[in-house]
Order: sequence, then C-alpha cells, then structure tokens
Amino acid sequence: MSTATQAAIDNTFDDPGRRAPLITGGQDYTSVTDMVCSLAERRQPPLAWYVAFGISSTLAAMFFGLIGYLIVTGIGVWGNNAPVFWAFDIVNFVFWVGIGHAGTLISAILFLFRQNWRTSINRFAEAMTIFAVTCAAIFPGIHVGRVWFAYWLAPYPAQHLEMWPNFRSPLLWDVFAVNTYASISALFWYMGMIPDLATLRDRATTKWRQLAFGIAALGWNGSARHWMRYETAYMLLAALATPLVLSVHSVVSFDFAVSQVPGWHTTIFPPYFVAGAVFGGFAMVILLIVPARQWFGLKHLITLRHLENMNKILLATGTIVGSAYAIEFFIAWYGGNAYERFAFINRALGPYAWSYWTMIACNLGASQFLWLKKVRTTPWMMLIVAAAVTVGMWFERFVIIVTSLSRDFLPSSWGFYKPTAIDILMFIGSFGLFFTMFLLFVRYLPMVAMAEVKSMMPHGHEEEH
Amino acid sequence: MAEQMSNQSEPETKLVGLLAEFRSPEKLVAAAEQVREEGYRRIDAFTPFPVHGLDEALAIRPTVLPWVVLGAGVSGAVAALAGQWWTNTIDYPFVVSGKPLFSLPANIPVTFEVIILFAGFTAFFGMLVLNGLPRFVQPVFRSQRFRRATADRFFLLVEAADARFSVENTRQLLSAVGAAQVEELHDDASPIRLPSWIGWTLVTLAILALLPPLWIARARVVQSDQPRWHTFIDMDYQPKAKPQTVSTLFADGRADRLPVAGTVARGQLRDDVRLYQGIDPDAQTPQPEPSNPEPPHPEPSNPSEPKPEAAKPADAAASEPAVAWVTEIPLPVTDPMMRRGQQQYNIYCAACHGLAGEGDGLVARRAQELQQGTWLPPTSLHSEPVRLQPVGQLFHTISHGVRKMPPYAAQISVPDRWAIVLYIRALQRTQNAKPEDVPSETWKAMQP
Repeated sequence: MSTATQAAIDNTFDDPGRRAPLITGGQDYTSVTDMVCSLAERRQPPLAWYVAFGISSTLAAMFFGLIGYLIVTGIGVWGNNAPVFWAFDIVNFVFWVGIGHAGTLISAILFLFRQNWRTSINRFAEAMTIFAVTCAAIFPGIHVGRVWFAYWLAPYPAQHLEMWPNFRSPLLWDVFAVNTYASISALFWYMGMIPDLATLRDRATTKWRQLAFGIAALGWNGSARHWMRYETAYMLLAALATPLVLSVHSVVSFDFAVSQVPGWHTTIFPPYFVAGAVFGGFAMVILLIVPARQWFGLKHLITLRHLENMNKILLATGTIVGSAYAIEFFIAWYGGNAYERFAFINRALGPYAWSYWTMIACNLGASQFLWLKKVRTTPWMMLIVAAAVTVGMWFERFVIIVTSLSRDFLPSSWGFYKPTAIDILMFIGSFGLFFTMFLLFVRYLPMVAMAEVKSMMPHGHEEEH
Repeated sequence: MAEQMSNQSEPETKLVGLLAEFRSPEKLVAAAEQVREEGYRRIDAFTPFPVHGLDEALAIRPTVLPWVVLGAGVSGAVAALAGQWWTNTIDYPFVVSGKPLFSLPANIPVTFEVIILFAGFTAFFGMLVLNGLPRFVQPVFRSQRFRRATADRFFLLVEAADARFSVENTRQLLSAVGAAQVEELHDDASPIRLPSWIGWTLVTLAILALLPPLWIARARVVQSDQPRWHTFIDMDYQPKAKPQTVSTLFADGRADRLPVAGTVARGQLRDDVRLYQGIDPDAQTPQPEPSNPEPPHPEPSNPSEPKPEAAKPADAAASEPAVAWVTEIPLPVTDPMMRRGQQQYNIYCAACHGLAGEGDGLVARRAQELQQGTWLPPTSLHSEPVRLQPVGQLFHTISHGVRKMPPYAAQISVPDRWAIVLYIRALQRTQNAKPEDVPSETWKAMQP
C-alpha cells in the first residue's frame, strides 16, 4: 500500500514520447480505494465542514422561508413589473440549469470522446449537476404565482380543466426538457455510484452503514456479466445524455428565441446558450473542485493535468461565447432591423450598461487569461478566473433577459427594473440549498468514481485504453 | 491466511462452488482462459471494475439491452407524437394565432425529450432487471474475503453445478493458474424466512394506501349538498352587493340605486348657461313674429330641443321660435383663440363646409359627384341667415347639430367650440367686409 503524499506532482507536460500520468503518487487499487472511502467513512468530518454546513443550511432555510412568504403573499414581493415580467426568477433558473450542464458534459460527452481524465472528476461534477438542476427547477415552479396549480403543466386528463397543455409552447418544452434532464442525470449519477456504494458497503463497519449502503448498492457484486451489461447501459446513457444536454439548454434558449422581443429573437441562441452553459458550469466545477482536492487530500487523483484540461475547455467555451457576442452585434448591424440595433446599443450604453460591461469583462476578459499556462495550472489563479466567469455568466442572463424586456418595441412601454431584497436574498438562498446538498454529498457519498479511476489506471495490460 | 467458513452453526448448507482470489486483473484473465480451456463452463468472475479481456475469456455473450433500449426509444417517439397529435388536434384543438395544430418543428422538442426519457429509464432499469438486481442475498456475500472484490481483489468462482467440478481437482487447478487463495463457498439451503411482522406491516400499508383512491372514487359518484372545500379563499367571498341582484334593504328590492335627485357629478354642473349653451338667461324673450301662429317659445333655460330651421338653406324660416341667444362670445377673445378656432375648424368643419366656409368641403364635393338623393348640401356660412345668427346660435348648432349635421358636443370641448364660432365670424367677415374693417395702414397701402 503506497502512501498518498500531498505534494503536487506536475503532470501537465505534453511530451509525445512519454505519456503524462493521470494519477500521480504511485497509487494502486488499494490506495485509491482508501483515499476516497476514508472521506465517507470517517466518524466526524473536520470542523470546517460543520461551519460550512451551518452557514449553508441557514441560507437554505432562509430560502424556503422566503419561498413560503412568496407563495402566501404573491409575486409582488419581487421586483417584476411591466414590462420586465421575467427578472431574477428566470435569470436564476437559466443560471443554475447552465451550471448543471458541465456535469453531464464531463460524464457523457467526455466519455464518448474517451477522455480518461474525466474519471477523477465525473462523480463530483454529476453531483453538482443534480444539485444545480434542483435549485434551477425551483424557480420556474415558484414564479407561476399559483404554485398549487403547477401540476396543470403536466399532460394529465384534467376533468375540471377539460383541456391539455399547449405542446407547441417553449414553456412546455421546458417542462419536459428540464424534468427529463433531472431524471436522466439522477439515473446516470446513481448508476455510476452503484459499484462505489458496493465498495462502501463491503467496508462498512456499523450496522446502519451496512444497511444503508447495502440497500443503495442493490446487491452489486462485481460479476463480469453484470459489468458487461452495466458498461453497455453506461454507454447507452452517455449516448442519450449527450444530445439531451445539448437539447435542454437549447430548449431553455427557445424560451427567448421563439419570442419576438428584439435581442431575443435570434437563431444563435441555442448554440450560444449551450456553449455558455458549459462555460459557466465548468467554472463552477473548478470553483468547487480546487478547494475540495486541497481539503480532502485528493491531489493525486485530481491532478494539475485535470485542472488544466478543465481550464482548456473553459477557455474554448469562453472564446465561443465571446465570438457569439460579436456575431450578435454584427448581425444586429448587418440585418438593419432598427429594433435589434437599438437593443444592442441599449445594452452597451443604456441604463443597464454596467451589467453589460461586467459581463464582457468577466466572461471574455477573464477567460482569455487562460491562454497562459501559468494561469491554467495554478489553483489560486484559476479560482479567480472561475469566480469571475460565474459572476459574468449570471450577468449574461441578466443582460439578455432584463435589458431586452425593459426596452422593447414601443418606448411608451419601457420601464426600469429594480430587484427587491427578496429577489436578492432568494438568489443567495439558492446557493445555500446547493451547498447544503453538496456538503452532505461530500460527507456521505464517494466523491470520486473509484471503479472508473481504477479501470483506467495502467496495469500493464496488453489492451490499450 | 486461509479461512475456511465454519458451517457448524447452520443446519443445512450446500456447496456452491470454489472461490479463487487473484491479486491482479491480468492473472484473473489468464486464469479464466485456462479454466475455460479445461472445459469448465459454469464460471464467473468478480472484479472491482470492468476488466478488459474478461468478456472474451469467459465467452460472455453480448446483451440484448441495446435492442430493448432502441425499442423503448421508438415507442417513446410514437407515444409522444401520438399524444401531442391527439391532445392538441383531436381532443382539444388548441388554436394559437392560427399556427398549425400539429407541426413537426413545433412538436419535435417534446418528442425528443420523451425518447430520451423512455430510452434512458429503460437502459437503467433494463440493466438492473437483466442483472437480476436488486438481489441482497447472494452466496458470494457469505465470504469475508469477497469483500475486497469491490476494492482491490479479483475473484473467480467455479460453480459446483458444473459438470467437471470436483472439489480437489478444481482446487488444484485454481492454485495452478495463480490463485492467491481458494475457498469453498457454501450457501444456506434452508428456506428463507422473513420475520412475520414485515409481512403484516406490508399488508397493512397496502390496505391503507388503497383508502385515498377509494375515497376519491366514491366522492366522484356521490352527490352532496355541502359546499365544496375551499382551501384558498383568496377574495372569493366578498360582502358587497353586485349589480342587478336582489336587495332586501330597499323597497323596490333592487341593489342598483339611482343617484339622489339633483345629484350632479363633478365638473358636470355647467350652470353658466351663457358659456355652456350660448343662451342669455337675463335677456327678454324676443317676441315671435306676428305671422307666426305658434305660442311664444318656452323658458330660455331649457332650450334642449330647438325647432328645426327650414330644409332649404336660403330660406329664412318664418315659423322659427325665438331664443335669447348670446350675442357676444362669453370667453376672452384673443389671437390664440382665433388660431385655435382656425385649427379646430379645419379639423372638424372644413370637411363638409369647406376651408372658406362656402359649403364646398371634400365630403360635399364627393357627395355631389355621387349624386345621391339623400344628400343635403351643407349650408354656406356666408349666406344671410347664417350671418344674421347670433354667436350663441352658432354655438348651439355646433353642439347639437341641425338638420343633417350631427352634434359635435362629444368631440369638441366648450372653449374650442367658442373658438370655432369666433373663426366662423372671421370667415364671414372675409366675404362681407366693409372698408371700415380694413386696418388703416393696410387701407392706405391698398390705395392706388
């Protein structure tokens, strides 16, 4: 059994002669198992966990309290008005859904591309997806006003309504897309965890742990036949989840693109939104994983090479998003539509110009620092970039939604939007919910996909991975 | 250490097979190949992660799962398309801005998501079903060493049911192919007994779970004279009288009440008769003409229905009743008022009466072209009868109309009407001016 040292080994070199190791520190199957399982098996996490959990659960409780206040009192507690009917509620929804997409990309798309480095981070990222989608789904649920009728969105034979939903509406496509995405992501995450839950079951020492992990592992025994079907199902789910994640954020973008509002009615939205979602999602993954690998001693599993690869994706998607900004601007001028032109000039110079330039600086400006290898491989630097990108992506949705709504076709209809305290506190509260679920995850569940990491550790087998 | 499972505590056990432990995946794959070559068929391997080469070594046949998933995806597509088509076009045709009730571009997103949903769920649950999971009781779990099968050890099981199985020979073979450890695996052959309370609890829960649907089903067919349960009262019950309902508070039984007699709305008092009606309340009622057999005109404060003038515009009616019209405009006459009058006249009056008041407006000329028998030409404002009319009468004509001219009180405010009257006087002066009317400087400039 080799010891896991905390010294970071630089495996970011790109020498075609010798392949950079993905797992450093001379790990073997036993040490990998111990490294990951010990985190879920220790009696008490460090004090910092309790402090963080206390803060996040307080914010989550505040979130639910405010939701109750909203349902009892009405949407008027928010700043939504005419003409800005969608504001923080939909901005937060798109923000959280976008964050969720990075997890599915890491799980499904990188799997199809045979990127073995994903195995160290995919469990973490998939968990982030599940929690982000949970936070996301709350906002459209509560923004309808009469939340107790939200089930009317479902296509069930309604006796007293005597009608069906309108399946041609992007708002209903959203219902199907987000619910499908949440279910399939949850299935994918759980399925990936079954072998690792079996590992924890077999190492469990207390009766409660044996029972809990035993039920959760469904009796997994690692049989070769089972693995064969499991791998088939995994490949199928990955192949299904790939178009799913592309479609979900496209459908979310259709909420805007299918409308007539200047600044919204543009065909670039689906690819632009998907690229932006991956961009924002990877930033959140980096924000979470850099401290996690430090505090949980996972530097040999989540190495600098993993971080650098994620930063490269961040750079690529950030550049795509930046070029989408430029194309939008160009088309607004080239198309000659006076309303579209005004919409973009208004974004840059109107009353919300501060949000627009924040977005540009954070998204395009911060991400370009990643051209420098130093920034890509230094954890504290990439944290700053990732934080800036997260802020910038929130502002991107704010700019798109609020500025376009506040000034559209008819100047007599223009209006200014100001968020209320409830808007802002609910946004902060959603982070509380996210981090509460995440802290519970890191405490009780295997944070790294041990079985997958082991499967791609080199063991001198004649078959190339 | 070689640990033999002690079987003295269980009354009945049967030998399931021999479980061999290996330290590396390569050894396991090589061993599996060799064991298979020896003719063993009932073998299985257990690894913490999928080991490549093991499927071939064990000759595991590919699974039918992908086909099942494909079928599920296809049925998802059919279900989604059929469902959308039937609900939005047949059962409740949902007309939205005349868009097609069913169009593939609009109906694809939901179809796509449902395909993924069906296929994904089938992949997961199909995998579990084909693997026989969940299965919490398995012979291999009885082995203590087997616990490392999910961590860092690799196992090969040769089942006792295999034709070539024999405890000694198979054990020798396994050791020969590199097993670090070989143990006998026994299973509890006595029938499984669940504690009885589990069964009773499940039955009770099932019965309790049936109650709400039964209650709902009963409520759907039973009639009740109780009011519905109204959870969110909102503002549904308001203690106020709605229009056209019965009220027991009033003698006529109506909730609708008329205003108290003499009630005047704000801004509607209009007691300045000069301004609002063009009638002088202090003047003596002019005597009617002797040839007029009709009685004198009633009180000037009630001139709501003046007798109509004669049909022919040039005919000064002899039987016209006399009304004390004001002869001076009751507002300060200023230049802006004149310009306002011009503007308003051009908007409202010129269409028929013409820009100069001669009765040659566009409407009148068009009507002449059409030569319809029902058209009454607009009066020329320069004709003698109109020139002789006091300003109050002009005001009255604008407000209430005359003959075929409709009333304009609704369109033109009272000050604007007086401005129009002022302008009409100016127009009339243009066609009937005297030299004294020209300003002296202009008159001088006009001299030859």
